[in-house]
Amino acid sequence: MEIPYTIQARPDTGLYNGKLGIWLFLASEVMLFGALFSSLILLRTGAETWPAGWERLNVPLATLNTFILIGSSVTVILSWASLRLGDFRKAKIYLGITLLCGLGFMVIKAIEYGTKFSHHYYPSTDTFYSVYYMMTGLHGLHVLGGMVVFAYLLGPGAKMWEKEPGRYTNRVEVTGLYWHFVDLVWIFLFPILYLL
Amino acid sequence: MSGHSVEEIKRETRVYLTVFAALAALTVITVAVSYLHLSGWVAIALALAIASVKGFLVAGFFMHLLSEKKLVIAVLVLTVVFLLVLLWGPWHSAYDSIGG
Repeated sequence: MEIPYTIQARPDTGLYNGKLGIWLFLASEVMLFGALFSSLILLRTGAETWPAGWERLNVPLATLNTFILIGSSVTVILSWASLRLGDFRKAKIYLGITLLCGLGFMVIKAIEYGTKFSHHYYPSTDTFYSVYYMMTGLHGLHVLGGMVVFAYLLGPGAKMWEKEPGRYTNRVEVTGLYWHFVDLVWIFLFPILYLL
Repeated sequence: MSGHSVEEIKRETRVYLTVFAALAALTVITVAVSYLHLSGWVAIALALAIASVKGFLVAGFFMHLLSEKKLVIAVLVLTVVFLLVLLWGPWHSAYDSIGG
């Protein structure tokens, strides 16, 4: 069965179907992370004492990760812009950089986790670490998910550009929207967990 | 989408790079402020204010929400309403315990 409106906008929604789809998915993601942020606020305000994030976590590493993630948000959008200009080669380079940024983020996250584990700080240690591992872990899984899609778009999925460039461009756009959301979540996670 | 002219896409690209510079600057500011170790509520308000500005930049420019179709905005407005209920509900109940 042919999927309709993969390139052209559907007249009644004004959007191509993939775009509406990703926004509905992101709406559900807002609720998922919203529930966790809500729990964090409740746990934190209800606790007698709550440690400052900077006392326990590595702020310089997390700052570096923030730069990496916002940088990758730019490269994915530059990839999309290049596709709209018909420059597939440049688009692939930008997509490749985005994928590498995702990898860099995960490596730094692994170093952070590794250091914590080596000092015997686990999710079961206390409420702070429980929240920290839960939220950064779920966020990390989202980064990993984005990387899988970028790898697909660079690898087997890249063939689509030759036959259906418009559709491929839209795929990069919706993946980008997801990636910006992952960036957005980190923008709030970083100060709340590390800086306060 | 693909209907846009080359000039327009190049202009958009300059906007993206400007937004990136602003995000990087705000990240530096929020980290620098955190090293001042300001008192509780001031620190929280400042960190969340900066994060909100960064969030606005990402959502507004990178995700094109400033120029997005009405349906997407409607979906998100509805989501925000549910999100507020989600945030408010447990918070409210936490201060409404028997004997508390």
